[in-house]
Amino acid sequence: MLTITDLETCYGPSQALFGVSLHVEAGEMVALMGRNGMGKTTTIRSLFGLTPARRGRIEFEGRDMRRLPAFRIARRGLGLVPEGRRCFPNLSVRENLVATARPGPWDQAGVEALFPRLAERRAQMADTLSGGEQQMLAIGRALMTNPRLLVLDEATEGLAPVIRQEIWSALRRLKAEGQSILIVDKSLGELLPVADRCTILEKGRTAWTGRPEALDESLRARYLGV
Amino acid sequence: MTEHSTERPHDTAAAPMGAPRLGRQGLVHVALLTLTLLAPLVAHLLGEAYYVNLATRIVLVAMAGVGLNLALGHGGMISFGHAAYFGVGGYVAGISAYHAFDGSLLMGLPGSDDMLVIWAVALLACGLLALAIGAVSLRTSGVYFIMITLAFAQMVYYFANSWPSYGGQDGLPIYLRNGLPLIDSQDPLSFFLVCFALLLAAMAITARLMGSRFGAALTMARLNETRLATAGISPYPIRLTAFVISAMITGLAGALYADLNGFVSPAMLSWHFSGELMVIVILGGVGRLFGPLAGAIVYVLMETLLGGLTEYWLFFLGLVLLGVVLFARQGVIGWLAGGTPHG
Repeated sequence: MLTITDLETCYGPSQALFGVSLHVEAGEMVALMGRNGMGKTTTIRSLFGLTPARRGRIEFEGRDMRRLPAFRIARRGLGLVPEGRRCFPNLSVRENLVATARPGPWDQAGVEALFPRLAERRAQMADTLSGGEQQMLAIGRALMTNPRLLVLDEATEGLAPVIRQEIWSALRRLKAEGQSILIVDKSLGELLPVADRCTILEKGRTAWTGRPEALDESLRARYLGV
Repeated sequence: MTEHSTERPHDTAAAPMGAPRLGRQGLVHVALLTLTLLAPLVAHLLGEAYYVNLATRIVLVAMAGVGLNLALGHGGMISFGHAAYFGVGGYVAGISAYHAFDGSLLMGLPGSDDMLVIWAVALLACGLLALAIGAVSLRTSGVYFIMITLAFAQMVYYFANSWPSYGGQDGLPIYLRNGLPLIDSQDPLSFFLVCFALLLAAMAITARLMGSRFGAALTMARLNETRLATAGISPYPIRLTAFVISAMITGLAGALYADLNGFVSPAMLSWHFSGELMVIVILGGVGRLFGPLAGAIVYVLMETLLGGLTEYWLFFLGLVLLGVVLFARQGVIGWLAGGTPHG
């Protein structure tokens, strides 16, 4: 479904990615891992055309999309849940959801069934929500665009354990329903059991790719620092 | 998004802060409208046609501000050239009346002294002009956008200034106010009511637009355009649409304004007026539905009352504006009604 090959990206004169390759099959959940500053977020920014890659290939469903503008990439079927609960603070929950919706199986009712808290807060301004609810809203907003591949960047970072569990159970449900997911997350305990494959970045390069079971102690110590 | 109104019952239940705020805001809004409507009625009963016309002036300046507020307040597009649309609307009324008066043709078309025709032409002309100007200007942002919209407006200004057929810099008189079917437009009160109704319509359109999916997307484009783009929507066409609608509202106000004064001149196109409109929007409350009306009331009343006392009234306007910018960022409306703008 998604194949990234030898991606190289620079922020001005300083190069951040030196050759990232990763692959997501339809229905898979792929974990993008690595320590801080190794290029996870840059990879996602390049994937969405926010920091266009200088070299390499990004192929989604057989078509190259490295040079497309961000909105066209999203329309091809990529949905982004950006780092840090990015909602539109002065819009209501409902407006956040419907403004960018595209037709498909996910609609407002579907998202509210996945996250019942959002139904309760439908008319509330997004900036009056708790952090966890804002994160749910960000996920809901991405789902409403009915993406074929959902991309989550640190979706559970800094949230209370109860809320994290709620979000993880939603993600497990999405995965069980066949949603393709590319995810960056630090909570290995939740991530590894659901992921089909892991890609580890180090210093802007793909250092390791494999099944989560194969991620043994030495690999963890070497690449993830845990 | 036709189902928006069905959601409203949830407001009181789900938004603890929303309920009292709505009450106070609603009260202020109703008071503003009542005041705007009652003042000229009283003036009419007292036989003071001057004050009726003054109220009409307030309403039309407010309407031009409603137009600008859609671009500047809701869309974050700081247009410094909305006088272009105001003036073009005015010139449509003037030129049309001119040809209707002497029976001559303009590019094979006869003039008309029917306001309905004039409004339609003014809306169309301003819409097309804004489409062209917006298509170019919206490729820039920030200070470049301000400057490029100003530059386009200055082009229109100098064009009108140097085109002798329609009076050039002397302007063009409208000898007899254009007419309306069934309504006596010569009567100051009737004309006021027509303008007031159109102001309400412009505000209703703005409210409807901002309550829709389109309005939410426009707000998203203002708050964070990359975030909007990663959801699959290009900000450019959204902004351009809002810009065109904004110009059309301001243009319609201009057509009525020319008819109010019986005169149109390049002054309506000048950058001073663009600035005046921005002041009105900021004074009233950026992005607030009733902001332009509140701003226009304050501005026109200061101009009339203080301007009668001293020719340095702009100094005091400056002080008031400074006060608003420093202490009441939500403008007069925010100060009176409290709360934050929706979006």
